[in-house]
Amino acid sequence: MIRLEYIYILGGLLFCTVAVLEFLDRANAKRLRKTLFWGIYGITFLFGAELPSFVTGCLVIIMVLVTGWKDLGTSKVKTTAEPERRQSAMRLRDKLFIPALCIPAVTFLGTLVLPEIVIAGKPLAVAKDATLVSLGLSVPVALAVALWLFRQRFVTSLHEGRRLLTAVGTVAVLPQLLAALGALFAAAGVGQVVAASVTRFIPADATFLVIVAFTVGMALFTMIMGNAFAAFPVMVAGIGLPLIVHKLGGDPAIMGAIGMLSGYCGTLMTPMAANFNIVPAALLELPDKNGVVKVQIPTGLILLAVNTLLMYLLVFRF
Amino acid sequence: MHMLTLIGVLVVIVGFALRVNPLLVVTVAGIATGVAGGLSPVTIVSEFGRAFTENRYMGLVWLTLPVIGLLERSGLKERAQELIGRIKSATTGRVLLLYLAIRQLTASIGLTSLGGQAQMVRPLIAPMAEAAAEARYGELPDKTRYHVLAHAAAVDNVGVFFGEDIFLAMGSVLLIKGFLDENGIHLTPLHIALWAIPTAIAVFIIHGIRLLLLDRRLKKQFQDHQA
Repeated sequence: MIRLEYIYILGGLLFCTVAVLEFLDRANAKRLRKTLFWGIYGITFLFGAELPSFVTGCLVIIMVLVTGWKDLGTSKVKTTAEPERRQSAMRLRDKLFIPALCIPAVTFLGTLVLPEIVIAGKPLAVAKDATLVSLGLSVPVALAVALWLFRQRFVTSLHEGRRLLTAVGTVAVLPQLLAALGALFAAAGVGQVVAASVTRFIPADATFLVIVAFTVGMALFTMIMGNAFAAFPVMVAGIGLPLIVHKLGGDPAIMGAIGMLSGYCGTLMTPMAANFNIVPAALLELPDKNGVVKVQIPTGLILLAVNTLLMYLLVFRF
Repeated sequence: MHMLTLIGVLVVIVGFALRVNPLLVVTVAGIATGVAGGLSPVTIVSEFGRAFTENRYMGLVWLTLPVIGLLERSGLKERAQELIGRIKSATTGRVLLLYLAIRQLTASIGLTSLGGQAQMVRPLIAPMAEAAAEARYGELPDKTRYHVLAHAAAVDNVGVFFGEDIFLAMGSVLLIKGFLDENGIHLTPLHIALWAIPTAIAVFIIHGIRLLLLDRRLKKQFQDHQA
């Protein structure tokens, strides 16, 4: 059985390799801090399951302190220049797409197939982890295909990995840190405070205002928590069930579905949902880390208005 | 329970606005929230460690970087440009509109793993969107290029968010069902998923129009330049 933990170990090996490459590059600015940063990140992947939470927490805080007041900056890694790339593109032609397509194709097939293959009473991958396990497996497959088709050396891929990972920079760990912040928000009861202050301001019999408070509240609260799933239980318990369903007689399925989708409008508009919004900006090497959020805000706002209207028109009719 | 627990939210807003290192901002916000909420220092640090470990899956996208780097140095982007350049009707907006439709439809039948920022956008969709504009207008100024790339990422998010909720077995549908079950309201997943359809159609229209407007804006920008 392929456990998700094995894929994390693969990730840990990559981060530790980057740490070593950062260390070996003597011309590298802030060399030791970069080594420490990626090394600790690698350790949390390699040994995350064994380390006590408190130890991991300490490691994470050290890792953050190492980055300092400003970011660590990118490392210069040699790669090909444009004329060389154009030449290579002419030579390899459509072969170039094969490894690129390997990643989604293997991820997709693996997600479907791995949980179905049962060996000694256990599936090759548990259904809930199948996508992540398959994504992890797709990388060595695509890498092997690329190395073979392009006649490149394995070390080259490691240097390229370092080039791109340091271009992403320390922001790479932000999604996990924000998830930790969300957990602390939940533990400290931030949700209840927000829900209580929202409900205090709306008259419970002004139907339209109640709907607006619910959909806009879902979006705002999602923007704060970075996650609609965290906002949903709080807002539904605060407004959705007591006011829309029980008091005003609205349909619970419509309240739930459109309520959740109003939260998703919030997800489009917040840097707190870093794995959706900051990660792609980093992956695409945009100088403005909020570039993706900014493009999504108009759609998020218009759709939130549409959702509010849909909820108002539908929820009392079915 | 106290308004003081909102201090973390304030730290994040101020810190992000002042562009302080986001890792530092988030860590300080977490500690402040924990202290305001009356948690012990050991609990706060442990909670950091637990959630960080539990969410390691978010870091797995970086695994694809060595492959993407290899593809880039071998000329994937240049090849994508060449192919898109040959399709005369291809524009940035149309390429992205097609991807939006595919992403929403496949997500709505549960195939969310078919797309994604690391798997599809960075290696394929973003270079194609960029190439479609370059084939028409030549090399793009940086600002325009970044805008096109941001749009490529946005399409993937919009497509998957508002497609997946139509699929019955999706986490969000099950979460809604589970929460209502706990409160004595029993619905089938189908009943919930059905009501995600109006929003899905609305977002396709809204975002689709925005993509076509992006085409018009690009055209106008470069006509003005040449004139």
